[in-house]
Amino acid sequence: MCKPSTDLLIPQVGIITHIRQETPDVKTFRIVTTSGAKAFSHMPGQCAMLSVPGIGEAMFSIASSPTNTEFMEFSIKACGTLTDHLHRLAIGSHVTIRGPYGNIFPMEDAFKGRDLLFIAGGIGLAPVRSAIKYVFDNRTNYGHVDILYGARSADDLVYRHEIEENWASQPNTNVYITIDRPQDDWSGHTGFVPAYFADIGFAPDKMALVCGPPIMIKRTLDALLTAGFKKDQVYTTLELRMKCGIGKCGRCNIGPKYVCKDGPVFRCDELDALPDEY
Amino acid sequence: MMKIAKEHLPRLFAALAKQIDLLLPAQQAEVVNFAPFCPDAEIDLTTLKTANTPKHFFLPQVEDLYTAAVNAGQISISAADTPIKPFAIFGVRACDAAALDVLDSVYLSDPIDQFYQTRRQAGCIITLACEKPTASCFCTAFGINPTEPCGDITTWLTDDVLYWQPNTEKGDKITELVADLLQLTDESPAQDISENICLPLDKFNPDNLLALFNAPNWQDLSVACIACGACTFVCPTCQCYDITDFDTGTSITRYRCWDSCLYSDFTQMAHGNPRTTQAERFRQRFMHKLVYHPANNDQYGCVGCGRCVAACPAGLNIVKVIKKLEVAGNV
Ligand code: SF4
Ligand code: SF4
Ligand code: FES
Repeated sequence: MCKPSTDLLIPQVGIITHIRQETPDVKTFRIVTTSGAKAFSHMPGQCAMLSVPGIGEAMFSIASSPTNTEFMEFSIKACGTLTDHLHRLAIGSHVTIRGPYGNIFPMEDAFKGRDLLFIAGGIGLAPVRSAIKYVFDNRTNYGHVDILYGARSADDLVYRHEIEENWASQPNTNVYITIDRPQDDWSGHTGFVPAYFADIGFAPDKMALVCGPPIMIKRTLDALLTAGFKKDQVYTTLELRMKCGIGKCGRCNIGPKYVCKDGPVFRCDELDALPDEY
Repeated sequence: MMKIAKEHLPRLFAALAKQIDLLLPAQQAEVVNFAPFCPDAEIDLTTLKTANTPKHFFLPQVEDLYTAAVNAGQISISAADTPIKPFAIFGVRACDAAALDVLDSVYLSDPIDQFYQTRRQAGCIITLACEKPTASCFCTAFGINPTEPCGDITTWLTDDVLYWQPNTEKGDKITELVADLLQLTDESPAQDISENICLPLDKFNPDNLLALFNAPNWQDLSVACIACGACTFVCPTCQCYDITDFDTGTSITRYRCWDSCLYSDFTQMAHGNPRTTQAERFRQRFMHKLVYHPANNDQYGCVGCGRCVAACPAGLNIVKVIKKLEVAGNV
């Protein structure tokens, strides 16, 4: 008689050691195992399954960099049963965590040695932050860095403090921030990301990474192509409902690709071969 | 090749069942289904399609993964303790045996599903060749030969003899258990498959993926679908599962259970759903079987057992889909 090992679907217990309120509906949770260690190693772009038993389980992108060997961070928007519950948890609460899942941003190949343009909308900055911090921690491996980030309002900008205090002062780095509409306490740029991108006029000689809501990704991709970028210079991430995270449960496919395993990172020319069902 | 007289089959089954858990197609309340051997079971070796498929024994409809005890925000996890004993299934038909290859390509590819693998290793498949397909069989359209089923052991039943051919090491071991009842022979069973069903499958290949996906026929083809999911639950190759929680009152049991891509909440997320219409969900089932699974695994995801044809209350089926898309000239 034998007993199956169930490692793949069985999580570790994680403990929330720090919570930062980023925006009215986004919090960043710092998570370690109950012994205080990082739950597993990962690369930028990868995701983890977080759960509260009895409430639900869902996939979240890892917002911290692999160069952080002490803990992982997840920036989570309250928008459903599990995420609302997570927002009610206090420091010291347990969650479960399993992963890492999915493929990675090409930090060590296509991005290496190149000028990089990171474009994000709203909470889409979470996976991009992992890549940005990875670049800053391995600065000599990459060229010039441009970061273009937009949100609905100034209050909806995640990592605002970190961006202003840290990212903007990094060597050889430009940060551009925009919010959709003018508001009283905002003196920065206003307007949508694709339009701001066109105004700035980036030279199409870089590698680009675009993350955000599907409509923002589509419009930004159009703007990139108009600016002379080729599809094989542009990477993005997709998000679908997931259960297993390992390409078995059949839930997250776009055509023959499983976003949990073959994604979430796709090069934009790869998307042309897939049905428009995301 | 070995053989045993048909009249001695009860002795063969009884001898096997003494040494290993044996499942056989048997009549229960006028339904033929795989059931554990018992001496007075009404064994049925003529019905081709059991109500449920052998998939149940490898990917059970419901399966516990682990239990989480939650106390004042603190969680402790214990993996499910599901012992799996060796077993043999007799009377598996060629389509259902081929369906296990389809499941293998998913569940035994990296990363391997340990539950499934443990059950596959524990289970011995004894197939039974078909002599005459039923009206709803179309396995041959997918290149399956019903007279030469695969499996750990292949058997052929004639009017008076059962021929027995072990194919694998596992099959040899099971054969040893009943070696005294089997005789060696150089006869071979007559195998003439009368009908060769053909379906126009040429266009169903990954090169036509987008053309098939974008074909305008899906709306018409699916309009009668009531999203009951019957087609997915009777299917020996359908693989999708859900993971969800059961609150026992004192702890949470997380289990997985079969799911259906025909259900509206299958891909529902907090912020939207990529498949909002039944036509899109219907398209997913057939595109998966006929295009996506072949694109990844070089084999069709349908074995032509015809169960979904019989099960659909709306008269929809994969044969109609294939024929309609083929002749529609949109591809
Ligand atoms: S799709 Fe229908 S015919 Fe094909 S294997 Fe599944 S149940 Fe059988
Ligand atoms: S059995 Fe027929 S009606 Fe039911 S979900 Fe399948 S196609 Fe739709
Ligand atoms: S989440 Fe199960 S296949 Fe992707």
